[in-house]
Amino acid sequence: MSPSLIKQTFLKTKKENRPALITFTVAGDNSKNKSLEILKSISQYADICELGFPHNTPIADGGQIQTSSHRAIKNGFKINDVFSITKKFKEIKKSKPIILMGYYNIIYQYGENNFLNDCYKSKVDGLIIVDLPFPENIKFANKCKKKNINFIQLISPTTSHLRVKQIIKYSHDMIYYISMLSTTGGKLKISSKKILERYGKIKNLTKSKNVVIGFGITEKTIKSLKKADGLVVGSAICKEITNSIKKRQNIVTNVTNVVKRLKNKIK
Amino acid sequence: MKLKKGTPLIDQHDKYGFWGGKFGGSFVPETLKKPIEDLTIKFQKLRKDKKFIKKKDFYFKNYIGSPTSFIKLENLSNNLGGAQVWAKVVSEANGGAHKIYNATVHALICKAMGKKYIIGDTGAGYAGKMLSMAAKKFGLKCKIFMGAKDIKRQKPNCDAIRKNGAEIVPVYSGSQTLVDAVSECMRYWVSNCDNVHMAVGSTVGPNIFVKICGWSTAQISKELKIQLTDQFHTIPKKIKLINCVGGGSSAYGFWSEFIDYDKKQIELIGVEAGGPKNSKLHAAPLSKNAKIGILHGAASYVCQNKEGQISETESISAGLDYPGVSPLHCFLKDTKRARYTFATDEDALHAYEMVTKYEKLNPSLEPCHAFAEAIKIAPKLSKDTIIIVNSCGDAKKDRDILKKRLGKY
Repeated sequence: MSPSLIKQTFLKTKKENRPALITFTVAGDNSKNKSLEILKSISQYADICELGFPHNTPIADGGQIQTSSHRAIKNGFKINDVFSITKKFKEIKKSKPIILMGYYNIIYQYGENNFLNDCYKSKVDGLIIVDLPFPENIKFANKCKKKNINFIQLISPTTSHLRVKQIIKYSHDMIYYISMLSTTGGKLKISSKKILERYGKIKNLTKSKNVVIGFGITEKTIKSLKKADGLVVGSAICKEITNSIKKRQNIVTNVTNVVKRLKNKIK
Repeated sequence: MKLKKGTPLIDQHDKYGFWGGKFGGSFVPETLKKPIEDLTIKFQKLRKDKKFIKKKDFYFKNYIGSPTSFIKLENLSNNLGGAQVWAKVVSEANGGAHKIYNATVHALICKAMGKKYIIGDTGAGYAGKMLSMAAKKFGLKCKIFMGAKDIKRQKPNCDAIRKNGAEIVPVYSGSQTLVDAVSECMRYWVSNCDNVHMAVGSTVGPNIFVKICGWSTAQISKELKIQLTDQFHTIPKKIKLINCVGGGSSAYGFWSEFIDYDKKQIELIGVEAGGPKNSKLHAAPLSKNAKIGILHGAASYVCQNKEGQISETESISAGLDYPGVSPLHCFLKDTKRARYTFATDEDALHAYEMVTKYEKLNPSLEPCHAFAEAIKIAPKLSKDTIIIVNSCGDAKKDRDILKKRLGKY
C-alpha cells in the first residue's frame, strides 16, 4: 500500500527542510461556494487543509472559530456540504490532503459508518474529532484506518507521559499537539521555547510519526515554532474572514494573502 | 438495560462512564482528560473519607440547614379532592434552593484539591448564587457564567451573586441561556484547568460531574425517607414523588433513596418544561422523545435537529430551559423506572396561583411545573395516595416574571 497523502506531504516538506503549513477554515463560511473558493486559493500555499464542519455548541473553540461556525450555520450549512466541498476541491487538487475537523455529535447523528463512507467517497484524508478522546476513540479510529482515513489523535500539555505513549501507539500518520491550555485562538501564553521543549519530549518517543503544533499560532508566532513537523493556523484565518466581511473587502484575496505571508515566514 | 438494586444509581455506570451502556460518558477535549481524571480520583477518595463526610454533614446541618421540612398541603389537598398532597420544602435550604448541596460539596472538593478558584454555570441563577455563597464561605474566588437573556430575567439572583463577591461573566453566544453558559464555562475551564476548579450546576456534563452532583443532592431523599417513617411509621403503600426536571439534579436527589422500591409502591414522576402553550419550542427532551445526542461532554436525550445542531429551547423557567438532561434520567426513562411528562408555561403559572392561594408556600416556576402535574392527577387518585412534590426553589427570583404574567407577586 502506498503511503497516505498526509505522510507523503510530510516527506516532501521535510525534504524542503520546513514545517508543513496546515490551515483551518470552516466549511460554509461565509457560504458554501465562498468556502470552496477560499480553500482552492489558500491551497496554493497550504500543505494540508483542515476543513471544519460547524457545530453550534462547541466546547473547545474560542471566539473566532465560534463566529465562523455560527456564520456558516446561519447561512444554511448542512453536513452534506462538507462532503460536496471536499469532492469539488479534490477534483482539481488531487494530491492536497484534506482533514475534516469537528465535534462528535454531528458524526453520531449522521451515523459513524455513513459518515466514513461519505468521507471515503469524497476523498477525505483525515479526521480530527475534538471531543472523542483516547481511549474512547479506539474503535472509531480503527474504523477510520480500514477506510484509509487518518484518525488524528490529540495530545495536550496536560497529557501524562504514560498516556502520550499509549496515544502514539494508537495514532496513525499525524498527531496534533495542543500548544497550551486554551481554546482555539487563544493568545500564546507560554514561550515558544517551552512549547518546543514539550514537543521535543513527544518527538523523542516517536521518530516516525509527524507531530504538528496548533492553538495560538499567528503571523507573529509562527516563525518561532518552525522546528515542528507542521503548524496549524485556524483562528487567525477565521478572523481575517470576519474582518474582510466587516470591511466589505474581498475575502478570498485577503485570506490568501494571510496564508501566503504565513508560508513565507517558515520557508 | 436494567437497574441494579443496592447500588446507588450514580455508581451504576461502566468503565467508560456510561449508564445503560449508552448514556453519559466523558466526551471531552484532550486537555480536560487529566483534570477530570484527577477530580475523579479525588472524589472517590473523599466520599470514603470519614473526616470529609463529617465535614460535609456538619455544613449540611449548620450551614445549609438540613433537614428541610416535610409538610402536608392540607388546604390544597382538600380543594383538589382525591390524593393527599405533601411537599418537601427544599427551598428552606440556605439560599432558597437545592443547588446549595452541590455548590457546598464542590467548594469543599475545590479546597481539598488545593485550588483557590472556582467557576460554575447558571440558568435560573440559583446554581450561581449558591456557588458564590459557598465560595464566599470557604474563601474561594468565584466566576459565574450566565446567559445574557437569563441575567435579564433573573435579576434578584444576579444581585445576590454580585453581593457575594463573585463575578458574573455574561454569555452572548447562541441563545444566551443556560446551554451557552455551560459551553462558555467549559471553555474557560479548558483554558484554566491547572488552577481552577469547575462545578457543573446540575447532574449533567462529563460523568464525574453527574456523580458529584447526584451524591450531593441525594441528601433530599435521605431526609425524606426518615421523615416518611416518622410521619407514617412505615413507608406508605402508595406514594408518588413528583419533581421538575431540567438538568435533573433535584429530581435525582429527591428520588435516589427510593429507586430500589417497586414502582407500584413509589412512582417517580418527572415534569419537564413544555414551553409556552402555543410555541413549538420546549425544553422537554425526555417527554417529547428527543433523540440521543452528545451535549456538554455526555450522551443523553437532547433537543436537536436532524444534523445534530442543538435546538433552541423555550421555557418561562430559566432553570429548566436546557436542551439536554441528565444521563441518570435517560437511564430511568429507558428502564421505565420513572415516568416523564411536561407542563406548559401556562400550567406552571396556574399552579403557582393555586399553591399560593391555598398554602403558605412560594414555589419558584421550576417546581410549579411539578405542582401542575400534582394538581392534574390528585383529583383522580384515592385518599390513601401520598403525592409528594419537591418544592425545590423559592419564587423570589421570579418576582419580575410573576408580576408581568399574573399582575402580582
